Amino acid sequence: MAVVRMIAVALCLASSAVSIANDNVLRVAPDFTRTDIKGEVFSLGAYRGKLVLLNFWATWCGPCLTEIPRFISWQRTFGPQGLQIVGISMDDDVAPVKRAYEKYQMDYPVLMGDPQLAERFGGVLGLPLSYLIDSKGRVVARYQGELDLKQLESRIKSLLPRQ
Amino acid sequence: MKTLYTFVFAFIFLSSSAPASAEHLPASSIPATDLIQPAELAANLKNASLPKPLILQIGFHNLYAQAHIPDSEYIGAAREEAGLKQLRDRVAKLRKDAAILLYCGCCPWSHCPNVAAAYGALHALGFSQVKVLYIAENFGDNWVNQGYPVAKGE
Repeated sequence: MAVVRMIAVALCLASSAVSIANDNVLRVAPDFTRTDIKGEVFSLGAYRGKLVLLNFWATWCGPCLTEIPRFISWQRTFGPQGLQIVGISMDDDVAPVKRAYEKYQMDYPVLMGDPQLAERFGGVLGLPLSYLIDSKGRVVARYQGELDLKQLESRIKSLLPRQ
Repeated sequence: MKTLYTFVFAFIFLSSSAPASAEHLPASSIPATDLIQPAELAANLKNASLPKPLILQIGFHNLYAQAHIPDSEYIGAAREEAGLKQLRDRVAKLRKDAAILLYCGCCPWSHCPNVAAAYGALHALGFSQVKVLYIAENFGDNWVNQGYPVAKGE
């Protein structure tokens, strides 16, 4: 029995160590202010109190484009409950981003990223990359690569206040 | 296989007035014999006795500025005609047997819009010693986070 207890304790310690290592990437979302592609001032801090899905994307990234229609749908469905989608394009030029914004009729703020902003999020060295940020500005999840949209939708629902 | 690949690319590039069409070629079309794994490249770069290839990043500047392989040169996104032109200009004076290594890492290998276009362009020009760094997920996970050498900036 003692051996079983020791193994259980060891497993707990091991899992918490992994959790700390993963959390070490980014605990609190950095606040920043930029002008979005519509020319309006955007400040991440202004969205405290909301659940924010911050999505780094680019027009040349196939998986990113696949995700956008779902983000639009989520913004419409869950926006009234407190979800806010934010898109940060890592394109080198704004022109294709504006075209994509119109084409997809994106209904959430989209702004241009750059290496300095990417650095504040621990680097954006591959797309897509998304952060789920809670109402207090804490990073609750980081998703590198193509999203499991079904799973993420469940996570979003679980984090939104119940109506 | 390589001969066939060269022929197909040469046909596409010479017969098309829109070279950017090569952007649709999937990275998986690059022969496995011309791929190099990150661990192997990192070891080669560390070995001072081995000749260094010309290393060209043919992805996006926002990625290159954050992190790139030391001494690699930024060319431009090969999915776009401007990037392909930069690539052709850069290799214009090189011998056809020059060792060239291409890499991107913008997104998962199967979705990369740049590597096959760049590889095809060089083959169409007759370059015979072209290798492509196989980056399965992205440059961050498969190179930077592995502890391989990294440089930042322009």
